[in-house]
Order: sequence, then C-alpha cells, then structure tokens
Amino acid sequence: MIVLSSDNMRIAKELDMVVFRNRLKEFAVKIGMGLVNQTKLITAASELSRNMLRYAGEGTVLIEIVNGQRQNGVRVTFSDKGPGIPDIDQAMKDGFSTGKSLGLGLPGARRLVNEFDIKSTVGKGTTITITKWKNG
Amino acid sequence: MDKIPILKIGHFLMVAIQVDLYDRLALNLEADLVQAVSKTGARGVLIDISAVSIVDSFMGRILGNIAGMSKILDADTVIVGMQPAVAITLVELGLPLKGVQTALNVEKGMELLQQKIKITEEEEPEE
Repeated sequence: MIVLSSDNMRIAKELDMVVFRNRLKEFAVKIGMGLVNQTKLITAASELSRNMLRYAGEGTVLIEIVNGQRQNGVRVTFSDKGPGIPDIDQAMKDGFSTGKSLGLGLPGARRLVNEFDIKSTVGKGTTITITKWKNG
Repeated sequence: MDKIPILKIGHFLMVAIQVDLYDRLALNLEADLVQAVSKTGARGVLIDISAVSIVDSFMGRILGNIAGMSKILDADTVIVGMQPAVAITLVELGLPLKGVQTALNVEKGMELLQQKIKITEEEEPEE
C-alpha cells in the first residue's frame, strides 16, 4: 500500500477529539469519499479515540491517505501506552464493556470500516488500525 | 465553557445543537435540560440535530438518557432532523436509539408533541 499523505496528532483531552474528527473529515473529503462513508469513518474514529482517552489517558493518531485495491482510502492508526486489553476476543464481542459505556465501541467501530486490525499487550499498550476505502 | 441554549415555546422546550459535541458539552446539556424540564414543568422536549454530522455511542446514550429522564418528569422527547448518513451509521454501529422518538423535522416533531398533550388532556377528567 502506498501512503500519499499523512498527519500525526496527539489526543490528550476531549477537545482534541473534535479537532481530530475535523482533520479526518478534511482527509476524507480530499479523496472524494461520499458522505455516508465519511460519517461511518468519523464515527468509528470517534469511538476509538474516546476509548484511548478513557482507558489509556492519552495517545496518538496517525491519519493517512493510502492507495490500494485500485482506489484511495483513509487509514487511521490509534496508538496508546495504556493498560492494554487482556482478552481481545471478549473485547470485540457486542455488549462487552469494562467501562460505563454500552460496549459498542470496538465491535461497532469494526462494522463501520473496511479493515480493522488490533494489537494489544497488557501493560504496554494498544494499537488499532482502521481503513475505509473511498467506495468501500 | 460552551453552552447550548434551551428555548421555551409554550409547553415545550427546544434545543438546536449547532456545534460539534464533545462529551462534557453533551453531559452538561443532559443536566441542563432535565433541570429545565423540572423548573418549567414542560410537557415536551424537542432536540434538533440537523446540524450534527456524527452521533457515536456516547452521544446516542446521552440522547437516550435525556428521553428517559424527561419521561420520569412527565415530558416526552422527540429528536428531529437526523441526517440520513447519521441514521445509516447508527444502525450499523448497533445503536438504533431504542426508546427515543424521532420525527423528520421541527414542524413534524412539534405536531407529535402537541398530539401527545392533547391525548393526555382528553384522558384527564374535567373539573
């Protein structure tokens, strides 16, 4: 996959999430992504950035425009040095939550994007990468 | 600190969310609205989200909370103006806003609330 452009941001407070969502929208608009796919991508990213803030306290997001599968897409990587997820299979199940949310964050976000990859080590942190294709 | 204004129109309260909501702002709105229902004795709450471009699970939960809390205080809540892309995303996310009434726009939402008070007034015995 070829990376055409990218931007790195730090998420350390709630207002950073708003700035991040706006930046992500700019990237999606730049590649001509339709409104429904834009909304799905930004909603998934909103869930994941909130998780990062809530469980790890802070983290970074990398937004990239990538070319693959004969079309452009937006890839977002969420990295934190938080407590990590002990059981990823369980965390990916609908309705499972250790926090006070509905437990839709991870499985819900996965449904909204085309590619979803999660790596987590207890005590070290979590990295989640999502990709939404322009016409995905 | 940003604040979302709450307008009183007859028996109803109306809120138009015109800014990007962050979690604290949404929580403040929830508290302010429930307070306002109690203080004014409003019978209905209308929330216009036509300018809102994303509703994630947190925002959805707040909307559900507002409806549930207002109901306990005898006020119905109607969410109006949801963008089609937001509706599609909410269902796919797995959050179809159960228990929250919706209407296409402010006008239809007002009609819905007005019908509701009319029905309850008819049910109450005349003094």
